[in-house]
Amino acid sequence: MPSPVFHAPQTVDQAVALLGADPSARVLSGGTDLIVQMRSQRISPSAIVDVKRIAGMSGIREQGGSFIIGAATPCTALKENKALVTAWPGVVEAANLIGSVQVRNRATMAGNLCNASPAADSVPALVAAGATCLIAGPGGTREVAAEKVTTGPGRTTLAPGEFVVEIRLPARPAGGGDAYLRSIPRTEMDIAVVGAAAALVIDASGTCTAARISLGAVAPTVLLVEAAGAALIGSTFDEAAMERMADAVRVACSPIDDKRGTAVYRIAMAGILARRVVEIARSRAGEFK
Amino acid sequence: MNAPLPTRTYRHVGTRPVRPDGLEKVTGKAIYGTDFVAPGMIHGAMLRSPHPHARIRSIDTKKAEALPGVKAVVTGADFPTMASLEVAMGESSGNIKHVSRNCMAHEKVLYEGQPVAAIAATSLRIAEEAARLIVVDYEVLPHVLDIDSAFAPGAPLLHDDIFTKGLNPPPDQPSNSPLRFQIGGGDPEAALAAATHRVSGRFSTQPVHQGYIEPHACVASWNADGQAQIWCSSQGQFSIRSVTAGVLGISHADIRVYPLEIGGGFGGKTIVYLEPVAMLLSRKSGRPVRMAMSRSEVFRASGPAPGSVVDIEMGAMADGTISGVVMEFKYLGGAFPGADVHPGAMSALAHYVVPDNRIIGWEVMCNMPSTHAYRAPGAPQATFAVESCIDELAQILGLDPIDMRIKNAARPGDKSAMGTTLGEIGYVECLEAAKAHPHWSAPLGPNQGRGVGGGTWGNYGGPSTATVSLAEDGSVLVTTGSPDIGGSRASMAIMAAETLQVHYEKIRVTIADTSSIGYSMVTGGSRTTFATGKAVVEACEQIITDLRERAAAMWNVDLDQTEWRNGAVVCRATDKVLTMGDIAAKAGFAKGPIAAESSINAQGYLPGFGVHICDTEVDPETGNVTVVRYTAVQDVGTAIHPDYVEGQMQGGAVQGIGWALNEGYVFDKSGKMDNPGFLDYRMPVCSDMPMIDTVMVEKPNPAHPYGVKGVGEVPIVPPLAAVANAVSRATGMRMRHLPMTPDKIWAQLQGQKG
Amino acid sequence: MSKMFVTATVNGDSAEFLCDPGATLLDVLRDTMGLTGTKEGCGSGDCGACTVMLDGEMVCSCLVLAAETEGRQVSTIEAVAEGSDLHPVQRQFLEHGALQCGFCTPGFIVASKALLDHNPNPSESEVRYWLAGNLCRCTGYDKIVRAVLDAAAEMRQERIPA
Repeated sequence: MPSPVFHAPQTVDQAVALLGADPSARVLSGGTDLIVQMRSQRISPSAIVDVKRIAGMSGIREQGGSFIIGAATPCTALKENKALVTAWPGVVEAANLIGSVQVRNRATMAGNLCNASPAADSVPALVAAGATCLIAGPGGTREVAAEKVTTGPGRTTLAPGEFVVEIRLPARPAGGGDAYLRSIPRTEMDIAVVGAAAALVIDASGTCTAARISLGAVAPTVLLVEAAGAALIGSTFDEAAMERMADAVRVACSPIDDKRGTAVYRIAMAGILARRVVEIARSRAGEFK
Repeated sequence: MNAPLPTRTYRHVGTRPVRPDGLEKVTGKAIYGTDFVAPGMIHGAMLRSPHPHARIRSIDTKKAEALPGVKAVVTGADFPTMASLEVAMGESSGNIKHVSRNCMAHEKVLYEGQPVAAIAATSLRIAEEAARLIVVDYEVLPHVLDIDSAFAPGAPLLHDDIFTKGLNPPPDQPSNSPLRFQIGGGDPEAALAAATHRVSGRFSTQPVHQGYIEPHACVASWNADGQAQIWCSSQGQFSIRSVTAGVLGISHADIRVYPLEIGGGFGGKTIVYLEPVAMLLSRKSGRPVRMAMSRSEVFRASGPAPGSVVDIEMGAMADGTISGVVMEFKYLGGAFPGADVHPGAMSALAHYVVPDNRIIGWEVMCNMPSTHAYRAPGAPQATFAVESCIDELAQILGLDPIDMRIKNAARPGDKSAMGTTLGEIGYVECLEAAKAHPHWSAPLGPNQGRGVGGGTWGNYGGPSTATVSLAEDGSVLVTTGSPDIGGSRASMAIMAAETLQVHYEKIRVTIADTSSIGYSMVTGGSRTTFATGKAVVEACEQIITDLRERAAAMWNVDLDQTEWRNGAVVCRATDKVLTMGDIAAKAGFAKGPIAAESSINAQGYLPGFGVHICDTEVDPETGNVTVVRYTAVQDVGTAIHPDYVEGQMQGGAVQGIGWALNEGYVFDKSGKMDNPGFLDYRMPVCSDMPMIDTVMVEKPNPAHPYGVKGVGEVPIVPPLAAVANAVSRATGMRMRHLPMTPDKIWAQLQGQKG
Repeated sequence: MSKMFVTATVNGDSAEFLCDPGATLLDVLRDTMGLTGTKEGCGSGDCGACTVMLDGEMVCSCLVLAAETEGRQVSTIEAVAEGSDLHPVQRQFLEHGALQCGFCTPGFIVASKALLDHNPNPSESEVRYWLAGNLCRCTGYDKIVRAVLDAAAEMRQERIPA
């Protein structure tokens, strides 16, 4: 097996050119998936493009309440940004459930997304939050909703030469709150058996005016379950609405039996975790005027 | 009541000094298996079978051999053929042909991951690339991976030359079961019929791995003159020597094995996997060869402890007396015999007096890696069933589960269930200490349950060699052949300091290679502090006698006019003193160097006993289990270095908790291990655990100079039941199948709801 | 395959090395530089035995390409003690008997020091979650957690070291 060529471009255009010139080239930012896959010989890229030396690829910028997160920003750095933690605690918590501290000091949300695992922890939280990705490529840049990036396990909508340069989170709306929870057998270091995220908006009366519910590890991609959100809108989270929401969640699931859990367990947990994240998000929404 | 032994006071025994090898291990200087580098060393890699069961039609290595940088290629054809030859290997006796085939497949592969060829090259990358160029033509055979299927008529047969031992009449057809073993006595059926209450059921556990963090590794250098050196981490350099020599058909004395620091073993590093292969690659290439396993190779091709199915019926009288037990268990071994059925049967009831019992154990082979010893091998699986039944009976009878155990506990002088007379054992004291512990009476929160489990392990003594010598300045050198896997250098130094009455820091302990000291059995069976410690103490006593004789000669007095006091010889008549330094300085001019050796077969070992209390909280919606509190109580004899005794208890408990909750081999439909990494083979992580409280019950062993009993293995025996009993009581459902993963608990909770 | 020439700072000293572009930092530390205190337990970031500091943050060196370290600061177990003076974490590991086989110990010590540099007064739960990426199979973690808590107290000068 030939050794890959290593590139560390300084600009987005250089990176696009390198990636466009070699369809087997892979982007390296945190490396916590890429290097494991190389070591286990699941992939053998002919070139590695380390994007961390491109200006602006690491770090978080706040713009009028919204957040622009460089794609190479490690998960632990998200916790250091107080404004981000206040605005999107569910996203920050989800990203900081991945692996260990050692892993999170390297791993990025963009990598978590582009690795296209249905069990990626940060992705349901990003989807619920309405995050978008800025993708650079040979034709310039385009902005895509987080839920539109993956199409199946290990598969994305990125064209040759394209890579994610930013993740963008909208401003937290007044009365908004988000949360993410996952089911794992241990307390840390596991891949989600099921993940669930919620982002809600409630008005002064406590009525839900917007809701996005997203699930991980219950389908070939992370799901945005619009029917689950719709079940909550207009409600005050009464038991009937919560059960309609959980039903919509369970109906949306199409999981498999595997070493990490059975399909029937995953479906049941999706409903339970969805209820729990909605409760947390609702409580956070109530605190954010 | 037992007469209490006189309490002895010690100066060093029972203290907690820093271990002699500690600094090197906290600074990264200690040399473990893959840290050693030999001059001119090249790198080996293994080609392993992708199939769990297949016949090898041919192996074409030509392309691999032609790759630049490749220096040697080895296949099964390079191994000596030999008739079956029983050799002593570690805690289990092995069959040298099976060891050889486990190192390198020949006619057949019997598990996914079994080596089929090996390459040595100038770099690991080239060796791995060469492995991919080897073409193996396999005839894939049907495989079997569970007990029922392996027993079924017409099951895929792993070996056509293995016939079940222990059957009468002996079978005339080979099978996947190499052994049936039965013990017991009395009339268990009548005793069960007379019982007030009976419980019965089937219990099961999955194969689990020892999970040492250091993968297997060695460097071998086999010269053209036939002499060889091996540097490796193992639980016994002598065992590596004898088994490697046996597999290669060469003289033991031609191999010199240097023990490196060992990064965990738990029984799993009593085994030879890489050394004979590295030896053959070295002989072919003329270079020292390093071989090291990846983590995936460790899971797929080393270790595991057998899975189990246990059918049990236990009866008890209204007062809690266990009237009778019938149990039949099957242990799921791997590709070769060695599933520790015998010790499992011997441990299952050994902590109770139940005259009417029958225990039948079967060993079953399947297409997974050959199972090997894991800490109290065979005991946890059978004990899980026994201790669960006692818990269930205590619930039915409305008895305190510790009281019920006290009622039936084996005591000194009792005939054990196995017919032997028990010595100074401390199970009752452990149970009483558990009952008195604040944990036992602490209140429980919602969704919490408390479980208790007991257990025993027989421990061992056996052959050990120790030498003690004085340097010219009188400082003390202790040398043993027992690898230090968890602080035994410290316990050897403490026992030497106690015997010689010198400061701990004056003693330095070395673990010697196989050519530098006489034979010692492996560090295993909880034997080292007992047996090797005894040899160290005896060698120290020889040194004392020698020094007294020398002093008597120097003073021109009778030997009985001298005595040993505070690390020096004192003349009774004159109070004159000769220190070790005084005598050592003159040794070269007098009788000669001062050195003593003790080579013993240590007898008088006693079994150890443990009682663990576990509180769990179960999330009723998800089935997730949290261990909220844990206490381990153990009869440890005398704790020589209490930190490392507690450490054994805590580490064994957490391994047992992992076994109970989340660990287990998972195979995919094609028979490949589906979780060969720490991500999905889920050992407990730091945040999973509470503090593990320990209570050392010190009931000394009269057969050891300082009262030592083995402590390493007992603590993995009780936890399976302690955790399962806690979950059972938290959920109101009897948990009989391990691991108790959240999805399994949830499914059982759903079934309970109807 | 052409090797890359990399200049980094390793344990405070300038280090120049040649590496295969696919080689990990762990490979280079152990095989090229002879810094074998950093251990490989899994090669997939699941055990933490290879924990080192990279630009002041702890990482698994098996999940870093050596080529990435150009111009960056790497610090390993070999630099935790200052000369012959052990770091309080190292000393407390010895005092508590917080190691048995010692193979995971370098990773735990690097990670524990990183914790205390970050958070001088961690709770037991914070210690446990911070160290969740470091597997120990021998100790059951009890004495490790106690050693880290005591090292923290010692560094806060709440206790005078023995």
